[in-house]
Amino acid sequence: MNFGFTQEQEELRSQLRRFLDERAPMGEVRRISETEEGFCRALWKEMAELGFLGLTIPEALGGSGLAWVDLVVLLEETGRSLLPSPLLSHTLASAALIQAGNEAQQQQWLPRLADGSSIGTLAFLEDSDSLAAENIKLIGQPDGAGLRLAGQKRCVMDPEAADFFVVAFRRGEGERDLRLAIVEADAPGVSAQAFPMIDATKRMGNLELDDVHISEEAILSGSASGASDFERLLDAGALAAAAEMGGAVDEALRITVEYTKQRIQFDRPIGQYQGVKHPLAEMYVDAESFKSLVYYGAWCFDNRPDELPRYASLAKAYATEAFVRTGIDSIQLHGAMGFTTAQDIQLYFKRSKWARPIFGDAETHYERIVAMRGL
Amino acid sequence: MDFDLTADEKRFRDEVRAFLAEQLPSLEERKKIGPAFFPEWWRKIREKRWVGFDWPKECGGGGGTIMEQYVLKQEMLAARAPGLGRDYTGLGWVGPAIIQFGNDEQKARYLPDILDSKSAWCTGYSEPGVGSDLAALACRAVLDGNEYVVNGQKTWTSMAHTGTGLYCMVRTDPDVPKHDGISCLLIDLSSPGIEVRPIESFAGDHFAHLYNDVFFRDVRVPAANRVGEEGEGWEIICSALERERSGIAEVNRHHEALERLFKLAAQSRIAGRPALESAVLRRRLAAFDARIEAARLNGLRSLTRQVRDENTQSDSSINKLHNCNLLVEMAETGMELLGGASPYLGDTEASLYKGRWQIGALGWPTTVIGGGTPNVQKNIIAERMLGLPKD
Ligand SMILES: Cc1cc2nc3c(=O)[nH]c(=O)nc-3n(C[C@H](O)[C@H](O)[C@H](O)COP(=O)(O)OP(=O)(O)OC[C@H]3O[C@@H](n4cnc5c(N)ncnc54)[C@H](O)[C@@H]3O)c2cc1C
Repeated sequence: MNFGFTQEQEELRSQLRRFLDERAPMGEVRRISETEEGFCRALWKEMAELGFLGLTIPEALGGSGLAWVDLVVLLEETGRSLLPSPLLSHTLASAALIQAGNEAQQQQWLPRLADGSSIGTLAFLEDSDSLAAENIKLIGQPDGAGLRLAGQKRCVMDPEAADFFVVAFRRGEGERDLRLAIVEADAPGVSAQAFPMIDATKRMGNLELDDVHISEEAILSGSASGASDFERLLDAGALAAAAEMGGAVDEALRITVEYTKQRIQFDRPIGQYQGVKHPLAEMYVDAESFKSLVYYGAWCFDNRPDELPRYASLAKAYATEAFVRTGIDSIQLHGAMGFTTAQDIQLYFKRSKWARPIFGDAETHYERIVAMRGL
Repeated sequence: MDFDLTADEKRFRDEVRAFLAEQLPSLEERKKIGPAFFPEWWRKIREKRWVGFDWPKECGGGGGTIMEQYVLKQEMLAARAPGLGRDYTGLGWVGPAIIQFGNDEQKARYLPDILDSKSAWCTGYSEPGVGSDLAALACRAVLDGNEYVVNGQKTWTSMAHTGTGLYCMVRTDPDVPKHDGISCLLIDLSSPGIEVRPIESFAGDHFAHLYNDVFFRDVRVPAANRVGEEGEGWEIICSALERERSGIAEVNRHHEALERLFKLAAQSRIAGRPALESAVLRRRLAAFDARIEAARLNGLRSLTRQVRDENTQSDSSINKLHNCNLLVEMAETGMELLGGASPYLGDTEASLYKGRWQIGALGWPTTVIGGGTPNVQKNIIAERMLGLPKD
């Protein structure tokens, strides 16, 4: 048994950190986040060329065929740098195809995801407060040789960047099981809208499906049941988000520690006062702790799928509480400086507001953990 | 990263399981055998070299790896076997200190008794004037020929009234900086001039007479009983504290407490309604679950760091903070669920699970204060891991 990253994973981490420090330092992150698209296509292309976009995609389809533990390294580093990019969406669209796509669908999309020429995202939720499968009401009505979708999806990540959406729906009235289908952004009747965000490094919004026709070939054949694919992808989302949060919390803590070492009040660095250092120690404990849950959850994704739901929930719940607290405490420890746009710490604080509800807030996941006991 | 046991680890686990299935009597049988069960059990696991399993073979230990030690302890805990040997303190840090800092004569004299569950060592660190700031200790030892003469007091010395020896930190040189003047003496507790007096804790029956004041009046200790050089005491203390990491991934008692809490919750009401209908309670219980699992996984990460010889400086502090919070908060949640009957002590209508919640709600200082308080742990983390200035 061993619970540590391999040499290769550590090297991947250093490579990523060098790349992001150089190509996406904070000034660049701020600039990109204010552009119309909200991410940088040239940088995205570069990430594809370096193999970062195909980590978990099979080698035969243009990726590296690595595990979710490797992916966690990538997500932690992009989380640390607050890189504005559709990476999380991309990760989950890839997971959807790897898990539920048939050969033709995988052939069609996965190489394009790996080389960065297509961007995908999940479009699952209709109720922004619930992840429950029963709240998916969108129905695919028979329409010639395919189906017609009419409705709205909410809390869609990177809606305007996406070239395709993995949409959750039901095959007919009263149908219990869910289906997933690929809906292309340029199909007639598809429109997407991103809303202004507290965290400008992230884009999110709605997908409108106005009598959109989809062919049978676009429906992911899925594993045993669509609902289990749906759930596993939400678990993957919670885990991936928590991995990004791990990187972000580490960096928020690092920035705050540095600040408190050099800020002098009452003739001492404020980091010498226990009222300052103890909350920082608590942040460290929480960050290390939820990262442990994330790492184990990521290992379960590939090795113990039956434990994935529990650990995805434990990780996201703990990560959410920790990040929200870190966000507030790190601003407070910066004093009034923390309230200015000049300081980078505010960007992490804002990221915590994005991170709270994404793929389920702490309440949702804690409730699920208790419900898993049949209580 | 791989959470499956390796083939060797699996083989070892199976060996432990088979041994336990064959040799460990059931709880009822153990009750029937009475106290005679323990010496017999310790002899058997000693034969397997599982007492001091992580000690080097040449010192009489088992030479087990860190992961094997984890597997062994997990199997023992799962089977509800008693601890690995009687001399918890001897096995935990006194023996290792002798192995690391002692001479051959000391090794030959003390280690076998620890492994054979004959000795019972106690720890003499704290003094009336000295707790968190351990390096300020004042208990004085003056060399007189080939003996030290010890005068002063230790306090909170757990089990000194039943122990055989005291692993004791004394000041041998008051004229150097405080960390440099400390030495480590192994003191026979039956030496003339030692007086042991009980400290009564408020936690009542379950904690009656475990802790003691120990007074020294001209106690003569052979200089041969000094472990390490004069002035090397602080180094020995630091290395002993490091050893607390070994049990770091063990959260079995928290798991059991959480299961009991869920059971208690299923039988309890809050404000007249079934307790498990309370969203606040559900969230709190699930958050315990998350923190217990995080503590377990943090511990496993630390074991891997230990195997790899990586930085583990704050691992036991992180672990301790989780332990403290979990113990206090779970006990308090238990008390809340017991409701109006929670202030009763002992075998009353409230003592579902034999008054365990009351015991927990009173006895938490053993874990929270003993062995270094939460504030001290936070200082360690802030200073060693985050590089913040010392206060
Ligand atoms: C059940 C039990 C068993 C024990 N067994 C033993 C034993 O066998 N052998 C032994 O030697 N000792 C033993 N101890 C003693 C134990 O190690 C000490 O109690 C502990 O180290 C704390 O010291 P103190 O009690 O003197 O508290 P103090 O050091 O006086 O601390 C009092 C309060 O002040 C805080 N504080 C102190 N310094 C700082 C600081 N720098 N910054 C912030 N806060 C600070 C502490 O956190 C605490 O809240 C035992 C204690 C208990 C409760």
